[in-house]
Amino acid sequence: MLGLNKKDTRFLLIVIALTLLTPIILQPFPEGSSLAQFNAGYPDLMQRFAIFGIFAIGFNILFGLTGYLSFGHAAFLGVGSYTVVWMYKLLDYNVIWGLPLAIITSGLFALLIGFVSLRRSGIYFSILTLAFAQMSYNLAYSVLTPITNGETGLQVYTDDVQILMGANEPQSPHFFGIVMRENFWVADIGAWEFTFNNGYYFSAVIAILAFYLSLRIFRSPFGLMLRAIKTNQTRLNYTGLNARPYTLAAFVISGMYAGLAGGLLAAMDPLAGAERMQWTASGEVVLMTILGGLGTMMGPVLGAGFIKYFENIFSKINEQVLRQWFGFLPDGLEGAVVWVAEYFVGSGWHLTSGLLFMLVVIFLPGGLVEGGQKLAGLFKRGKSDEDIDDPEHQPKQSPHVAE
Amino acid sequence: MGLLEVKGVGKRFGGLQALGNVNLSVQENSVHAIIGPNGAGKSTLLNCFVGKLIPDEGSVLFNGQSVLGRTPHEINQMGISRVFQTPEIFGDLDVMENMMIPCFAKRDGAFRMHAFEGVENEKELVEKAEQMLIDVNMIDKRHMNAASMSRGDKRRLEMAMCLVQDPKLLLLDEPTAGMARADTNNTIDLLKEINEKRDITMAIIEHDMHVVFSLAERITVLAQGTPLVEDTPENIKGHPKVQEAYLGEAH
Ligand SMILES: Nc1ncnc2c1ncn2[C@@H]1O[C@H](COP(=O)(O)OP(=O)(O)OP(=O)(O)O)[C@@H](O)[C@H]1O
Ligand SMILES: [Mg+2]
Repeated sequence: MLGLNKKDTRFLLIVIALTLLTPIILQPFPEGSSLAQFNAGYPDLMQRFAIFGIFAIGFNILFGLTGYLSFGHAAFLGVGSYTVVWMYKLLDYNVIWGLPLAIITSGLFALLIGFVSLRRSGIYFSILTLAFAQMSYNLAYSVLTPITNGETGLQVYTDDVQILMGANEPQSPHFFGIVMRENFWVADIGAWEFTFNNGYYFSAVIAILAFYLSLRIFRSPFGLMLRAIKTNQTRLNYTGLNARPYTLAAFVISGMYAGLAGGLLAAMDPLAGAERMQWTASGEVVLMTILGGLGTMMGPVLGAGFIKYFENIFSKINEQVLRQWFGFLPDGLEGAVVWVAEYFVGSGWHLTSGLLFMLVVIFLPGGLVEGGQKLAGLFKRGKSDEDIDDPEHQPKQSPHVAE
Repeated sequence: MGLLEVKGVGKRFGGLQALGNVNLSVQENSVHAIIGPNGAGKSTLLNCFVGKLIPDEGSVLFNGQSVLGRTPHEINQMGISRVFQTPEIFGDLDVMENMMIPCFAKRDGAFRMHAFEGVENEKELVEKAEQMLIDVNMIDKRHMNAASMSRGDKRRLEMAMCLVQDPKLLLLDEPTAGMARADTNNTIDLLKEINEKRDITMAIIEHDMHVVFSLAERITVLAQGTPLVEDTPENIKGHPKVQEAYLGEAH
């Protein structure tokens, strides 16, 4: 079906089902219970899962397949956001104008940066992409202020032209009248509350498309060439193939994915700021990809979900919550434990993410996907050795750059 | 005029004269061996044919066209394939994937953006690759990870990857090094068959005299970067200079 073989079709269907059921799956704890703070089924967070999932899926096409580690992909995220907000300002709040254009502008930008950066490989390539992204970031704050609105960030003002704006049109991002920030259904079932949000489903459908495209690329001759580049460029050259246009194509495609993700961020919240282009944002997508499982189909999505989830949960926890948790301890000890734990929560969440990342890289070099496979292996043992976790969906682990 | 014409080629590495005034002509459809002691410059010479090295002087013509200044992938597209002294294969990929890449390169040229076709759906190329694997006795290993194979199998795979492109000229740098006797004999048979059936010209560097004398129609003996003699295997065997420079030492 859809140009995929049976296994891949089944795989895609599972991914689609999980994506569509996310508002239910991520809301396992009843409202008001002490565990409710670990729920993740609210619109803002789910939107970020889908959007950063797209970002990571695209990044994986470059980094996972070819092994070229870019440290500048946040620049394309930023370009995508700015494009979409500009379309709000010039035309109207319908995202149909901005999103396709975001893919085009970020693609062109990626072509430029990729063309120059890919003259080098390895660490030099990484540094070049980093330099470009930091340049873009700084330009967005200085010279380009007329386009980016500098530190304030780009947003829509009442005196913007918005030439297509209709009389009854919603005053926030929408897709032909479907307003992103509205929920189409809030289901109260017993103690549980499930929120079905327009913006999430809009992003989710695009994420599924993005995933499907990347699956096709993985299985295509083009994808095979990209993997060949990672494995042995010498052999590739002596086989009559020129690696440069392949890597450049992969770079541009991943840049377009990033631009789409950036555009979607602005579709959920009509703002664009330069901080989106900062190197920390570029680093984050690298972490997501490695954490989830480099070069695997599901890995980047899992990694993106994992990081965004823990970022959200850990940064919400404050001293009060900690005191509540450790209240059962004797007073002196409680104070000490809370004092230590405080460094790992709230704005200190990056410390936790760093530790988690280290643990995964050391104990699961293949990322969360490998962890999942190991778990599945444990359960399967003794049952039957029929292959359930089809190895084709998780290409063989190869020594990667981060090792 | 030969398929490969080498005239006055010289190459220096710093102070070391690795090659000096090399003249060589590989005739179409022949098997031409280049032998010589370690460090004689055999691999260096081969590197000058495929675009890895550019000679300091002289010319290298393939099919009447100069290869100098062209990149390895352009030279491959002209019809020269190369087997390396240490096998160069795609270690992370499986055997069949290794075979498909040269098939695509042959059909599509140096770059084609085919991002939405499935590799499995390229029936014609898959068949071609499988037939080649059958020819080299590797079809049962088609799903094996290439890096996990024995050295002999890697070599055989590399050879199959070159052959599946139907090159006009196949360059082999010690193709039987590291192979067991039986494998070596299989390889000799395979190369003979290829040369006869497929009209592939071969230039082969080899240390194993058994291989050289069973395959080659002409032999060039290289010593310290210069050809000593070029002749038929019979004449080379009895040549006093060769005995002294190479065979004597090898025995
Ligand atoms: N890239 C290089 N830089 C410097 N010196 C080199 C380089 N490549 C080869 N040489 C030197 O050139 C000489 C010829 O080397 P080459 O590898 O061509 O010999 P060979 O005949 O292939 O030997 P072998 O039988 O051991 O493979 C040697 O002295 C070698 O050290
Ligand atoms: Mg050599």
